[in-house]
Amino acid sequence: MSSVITRVKQKQIAQLIEKGKRLDGRGLTDYREINVEQGLIERAEGSARVFLGKTEVLVGTKIETGEPFPDTPNEGVLTVNAELVPLASSTFEPGPPDENSIELSRIVDRGIRESKTLETEKLVIEPGKKVFVVFVDVYVLNHDGNLIDASALAAMAALLNTKMPNYEVEEGELKIKSGYTQLPLKRHPITVTCAKINNRLVVDPWLEEEQTMEARISIAFDDDGSICAMQKGGSGYFTPEQVLEAAKIAKEKADEIRKKLKW
Amino acid sequence: MSQKTEKLIDKKGLRLDGRKLDELRPIKIEIGVLSNADGSAYIEQGKNKILAAVFGPRELHPKHLALQDRMVLRCRYHMAPFSVQERKSPAPSRREVELSKVIRESLEPSVFLENYPRTGIDIFIEVLQADGGTRCASITVASLALADAGIPMRDLVVACAAGKIEDTVVLDLMDTEDKVGVADVPVALMPNLNAITLLQMDGILSMEEFEQAVNMALEGCKKIYALQKEALKVKYVGVKEEAEE
Repeated sequence: MSSVITRVKQKQIAQLIEKGKRLDGRGLTDYREINVEQGLIERAEGSARVFLGKTEVLVGTKIETGEPFPDTPNEGVLTVNAELVPLASSTFEPGPPDENSIELSRIVDRGIRESKTLETEKLVIEPGKKVFVVFVDVYVLNHDGNLIDASALAAMAALLNTKMPNYEVEEGELKIKSGYTQLPLKRHPITVTCAKINNRLVVDPWLEEEQTMEARISIAFDDDGSICAMQKGGSGYFTPEQVLEAAKIAKEKADEIRKKLKW
Repeated sequence: MSQKTEKLIDKKGLRLDGRKLDELRPIKIEIGVLSNADGSAYIEQGKNKILAAVFGPRELHPKHLALQDRMVLRCRYHMAPFSVQERKSPAPSRREVELSKVIRESLEPSVFLENYPRTGIDIFIEVLQADGGTRCASITVASLALADAGIPMRDLVVACAAGKIEDTVVLDLMDTEDKVGVADVPVALMPNLNAITLLQMDGILSMEEFEQAVNMALEGCKKIYALQKEALKVKYVGVKEEAEE
């Protein structure tokens, strides 16, 4: 996700980080302020908006019925999609999802899927024929860096906010009854991204740091501190030591966020 | 599917295909297999069969994508419709788009992009048959195709996965192990620089298991690296060595 940042500024950011400082005044392992709001979109089954500093991501969930995948006839379906809509950044263009938005949605998807957050086996209406499909649509509204962590948080917050209609199955027919129940969720994965700048690791890179970084690594942790997904990105590299250091830092940060959000 | 009941590791500690826990699948590499490409290579890793071709450095189209200070590296990872059990639509899937991106990012650190401003290189990877671990084998073979094209590089990039099946960390997962297993950690490495250029993970691992898996994958990378170099020597030094089983 390139955009305009001068070499001078890149150098300034890199030199500051060498001294353990950041241009926006944060320490290397400080997150920006996190703000989570839930239930903003009444038409959606669930929704949440997350602010990570100036980065703003809205996620809405919809529940529909559909066919299960042939290899998992006894499981409902989870679908994550991400849209980098043009109003979020001067560098986003209208059109079909590009590789950045596809990567973003797949990282968010993996965090939720691999931690087995959604109890898909409870979303079956008729095995092999009809199941509930949970659509998680990530809508980036303002891009100021670290879309991955913000989107993962917003997706999880939206799922926690999601209500399923009560239903009955009569002779294979789905009957919607009045009232709602909570979507069956058992985990709360949290994703933390570290960027490598000037050979040092910084947590939660904002936009200009992303334009300076050599590489990033995003790690998702589930409730008991196990790693459930990971993705390196960017055209640089990490040493094996840096990978383990990043995992350690990310775990601490994930614990911190978990405590703050009471997840 | 009755795969779930299958035992992935038997009493002797051997896997479905008879491999030990830290054993790679048999690997066969050929360099310079396509005459139209500037560089090409072919790899078989277990039942994986993957071709990679490199075109360039050449003028970039469309031109506005060209960069004034460096070369643009483009990469397409694509699976043939017949490469998997159920026919795969030839249209690029979301998975293929993501893999194209991470493979490109795993190769970029190895190439002296700044030596070729305003040009582009295209890397085309075609998976002819897939059996788990195709992204890693793709990186291994694409790096060789770049070398065959004579592109100056800091090091070869080599990739290998480790993962967890049942309760054990194992090397180089094949398709069934990947699907039924607990976790998969693909890693790409430039061995001489000790630089990890691709790292992904899905599944559940504790910190300790993750560290163990990364280390095992790195060891696997180093073994494949030796095979990469040997394949280049066979082509370019003309040293003929009996294929080692």
